Amino acid sequence: MVAPQKQFESPGFDTLKEGIWKDNPVFIMLLGLCPALAVSNTALNSLAMGLASTVVLLGSSLLISMMRNVIPKQVRIASYIIIIATFVTAVDYTIHALSLELYNALGAFIQLIVVNCMILGRCEAYASKNKVSTTMVNATGMGAGFTLALFMIGSIREILGFGTFFDIPLFGPDFQNWAIFILPPGGFIVLSLLLALFAFVEKRRAPAKTEKEGGHGS
Amino acid sequence: MSGENIPETPSLPSSGRLILTLATIAMMSGFVVVFVYQVTLEPIARNHRMALEKAVFTVIPGADTRVNYLLESEGLKRLDDEDIDRANLFAGYDAEGSLIGVAMQASARGYADVIRVLYGYSPERECIIGFTVLQSSETPGLGDKIETDPDFLANFECLDVSLNQEQTGLDNEIRAVRQGTKTEPWQIDGITGATISVEAVARALRESADRMLPILAGHLYELTEPDDISPDRGPYLSDSKVDAGFNPDKE
Amino acid sequence: MDPDSMAFIFLQAFLINNLVLALFLGLCPFVGVSAKLETAFPMGLAVVCVMLVASLCAFGINILLVYFNIEYLRLICYIAVIASAVQLVEMTIKKFSPKLFRMLGIYLPLITTNCAILGMALFQTFDEYSITQSLAYSLGAGAGFMLALVLMAGLRERLELANVPDACTSAAIAMMLAGMLSMAFMGFAGLGG
Repeated sequence: MVAPQKQFESPGFDTLKEGIWKDNPVFIMLLGLCPALAVSNTALNSLAMGLASTVVLLGSSLLISMMRNVIPKQVRIASYIIIIATFVTAVDYTIHALSLELYNALGAFIQLIVVNCMILGRCEAYASKNKVSTTMVNATGMGAGFTLALFMIGSIREILGFGTFFDIPLFGPDFQNWAIFILPPGGFIVLSLLLALFAFVEKRRAPAKTEKEGGHGS
Repeated sequence: MSGENIPETPSLPSSGRLILTLATIAMMSGFVVVFVYQVTLEPIARNHRMALEKAVFTVIPGADTRVNYLLESEGLKRLDDEDIDRANLFAGYDAEGSLIGVAMQASARGYADVIRVLYGYSPERECIIGFTVLQSSETPGLGDKIETDPDFLANFECLDVSLNQEQTGLDNEIRAVRQGTKTEPWQIDGITGATISVEAVARALRESADRMLPILAGHLYELTEPDDISPDRGPYLSDSKVDAGFNPDKE
Repeated sequence: MDPDSMAFIFLQAFLINNLVLALFLGLCPFVGVSAKLETAFPMGLAVVCVMLVASLCAFGINILLVYFNIEYLRLICYIAVIASAVQLVEMTIKKFSPKLFRMLGIYLPLITTNCAILGMALFQTFDEYSITQSLAYSLGAGAGFMLALVLMAGLRERLELANVPDACTSAAIAMMLAGMLSMAFMGFAGLGG
């Protein structure tokens, strides 16, 4: 899944891959959990949420990386938050203008992207210290990892909870909805199982790591 | 952010620079937000109009056009098409321009959160002719059947809401009954497993109809032919016109 | 119960729509700080304080925003106010209880990015609560957060002694616990209806 990014020099390539697998914001670093669970009851909602967060992350990382030498240390957090909030407001209005249905489904959680710890964390830990190009690669990786994680949770919850995938019925009319998965507890439980899966795979891979870095799917 | 100025930080920049940086960023962000707001204002309003229009046309079957009104105890006020947020009553007309019904919002507390519904009222038949849920967070698979269950929705083909003789309230209170035990036209046949949600719907409709319909009854003639009543004309001008379907001395 | 009464709004925020277990807000501190009871409790207290302050500020600011018809700046204003409120609470705690301050450590500034606070402020605005209702709501929300945190910490302390599969250590098992707590809290949904 990382093949098209081959043109990056090796550190960039690694940063990209890290965001998706090794440092996956949701499954490994446990960041941005709130939106990952709150709106992930269907595949479409979670994909939209992931993309919206990625757009905000890319935009604010770019700006912050560009202005990293201008912003004094003392006011950096405040500046970052204002920048992020601006992007979030823009995304909020854009989604509102594009699709009311999607906007209603995501509700206040679009605005809550502003407090997604993943975004502020990335801005503070990476964008404020690195040059624009590597920052963008890192942000893309993180955004992709976040979107992928949300999409996985959303798909599982939708398939089990509604018996559909992107609103396409999978199991025929006799399917009894497994309603718990679209309710709040289902979010926690699916995330818990995925976390366990990731930890399990990481543990299994750990001894083999030295021989070969890449080559795993998801 | 006075808390950021911790004294032990070496080479503290002047507070002027801090303020300047923050102000610049805040100003830039202000420009961006205002720009986005301006650009998206139109599409957002259009989306809202379309969504509500769709709901209105669902609850008033056969309606073709819609006019917004604000119904208060003081009277009925016609609103502009853009003024959809303030409206609490939507009159639906067919292609010939005659009034088919009015749509009104109602809400009551359901199982999980407030349920907001839109219902269509036909003055001619004195019954609720349509119903749709605008907002609910009822339990999926149980309470949310109020949105989809065909047997339940069949209640709203003609749910009796005729007014009492004094025109002060409903003749018969809308009541939810156990599934399959509906005997009277003003009863709502329930859904097994969604009792609380169904009762919330019944309560919402009962309270709204009981409050709004008597007020509406006195102003119904103003709704009949919308094109005759321009928004700037006072609401009480067309005395001569009395809606054929509405007759206060009925019975 | 009257849906607009303060008692109901408090209950609603405290149990029925618990910020953490029903609305998934404030999960980062919920997972991060809930390992030990002795940090969970003060963290919960700090959140309650910040909630109250932020709720009042948000209410005031919203009046201004609506008055000048610039609601589109709401998010930016709220987040700035919350950041300031957090620092205010931080400075107060530092002054009056250095011990508590050391205990909360890095988590205090993290409250700024606690979605529970911003979420609370936004929901309070969307539901158009009056000032007393807002206070009841923020108190309920804060107390609900604290309750969830303390319950979770209690459970996780017990879990230390349990033998869980390797792959399920800390985060995964914590989430599973949260799922069960959340299921239990779903039982409150019909309360007062």
